[in-house]
Amino acid sequence: MIAAPFEYYAPESVSEALKLLTTHEDSRVLAGGQSLIPMMKLRLSRPSHLIDLGHIAELNYIAETNGSVRIGAMSTHNQIETSETLRQKCPLLAETAGRIGDVQVRNLGTIGGSLSHADPAADYPAALQALRAQVRLVSAKGDRTISIDQFLVDAFTTALEPGEILYEVIVAADTPGLGSAYLKQQQPASGFAVVGVAAQLEAKGGNIAVARVGITGLSSRSYRAKAVESALEGKAATAATLAAAAKLAAQGEEPLSDVYAGADYRAHVVQVATRRALEAALARAK
Amino acid sequence: MKKELVALTINGLTHELAIEPNALLLDVLRRDLNLTGSKRGCDDSSCGTCTVLVDGTPMLACTLLAASCEGQEITTVEGVSEHGSLAAIQKAYGDWGGAQCGFCTPGFIMAVKHLLSVNENPTEDEIRAALSGNLCRCTGYTQMYQAIKAAIDAEKQGMAMSR
Repeated sequence: MIAAPFEYYAPESVSEALKLLTTHEDSRVLAGGQSLIPMMKLRLSRPSHLIDLGHIAELNYIAETNGSVRIGAMSTHNQIETSETLRQKCPLLAETAGRIGDVQVRNLGTIGGSLSHADPAADYPAALQALRAQVRLVSAKGDRTISIDQFLVDAFTTALEPGEILYEVIVAADTPGLGSAYLKQQQPASGFAVVGVAAQLEAKGGNIAVARVGITGLSSRSYRAKAVESALEGKAATAATLAAAAKLAAQGEEPLSDVYAGADYRAHVVQVATRRALEAALARAK
Repeated sequence: MKKELVALTINGLTHELAIEPNALLLDVLRRDLNLTGSKRGCDDSSCGTCTVLVDGTPMLACTLLAASCEGQEITTVEGVSEHGSLAAIQKAYGDWGGAQCGFCTPGFIMAVKHLLSVNENPTEDEIRAALSGNLCRCTGYTQMYQAIKAAIDAEKQGMAMSR
């Protein structure tokens, strides 16, 4: 399969990329290409101009400043999985990155590309929604920082405006006492999440002080499981509390259905995955 | 779509090629350079038989534009042998029947080569994790793991002899 013809550009700075993006109508930016290249090969996407961000060094970094970790859009899943900074300051994101695709895909695929593509079964959104992450978007007109909840609009749809690119993801460094886990039930062939649950918990004096849960794969977009979070906060940190809260995982959602996993199955398995993710997160919280 | 001149460094040699921007690295290797070791299997980033090393890291040549690889060192299965003789992993694959139909072998060899370059003494779990992006439809995985362990032993002995 060969992509439809396009003009190719390899800018070396973000300002150059933004200029190209504004100058050429019907242009798209290429990050690691693990979603866009397959889409172009299937001719589901056929941009006339392709702007490759792969040579822009300023978009590839993982840096901690003042209690937050900033992750450049062109950081690969492998870099995020193996980053010492993230393993210490935000282990949930490193763990999630390690569950994406396979070895080769993680070496090329990037966080910026994955989020901009917004596949409803992608792994990052669950973790980033649990982490209350923010994303910084830049365009020739300036930049803006919005929450991940605002960024993810629907399946394959984000808040990115024409001429805008995702520059970085910002997460808060974990405070002491938080425990986290990402648990995924995956489609065995594709590795995509049937459901993926990211959980972060903190227990104080036998009660759950903080509960943050993000869920991907179940419905057309990843979401914060607010019903689960409020069923946990302030309650006793016991297995019974976790199990009861996990039953609310699909509340308000319309589960997707496909040939591998029907809606009923997804609605059931998300409760099991949520309970297990909560148990793992609590076991790590100290 | 007009062709563009791209310089690609493959197995230590730099080639100046006129390619179309939509050419995949796999097509340039197989069609323009006659390096047919890397295979087109699934063509949708599932099977790993097109795996090549880009700056030492395993990537899928079917999901990579050739134009994106300018300035990077590409290694294919044709570049794995050392001084005209088989690399330890190639020899061990033969000795242990690591290849059955052989179609997946080039991709596996590249994944193993990368593993051994970053981890001289991998555990069974580490070997399995490193090969998790490559599929063998003959399902001959056990012989492959035996071959890889034999290659590791051979590398160690080779190093001991060269000391």
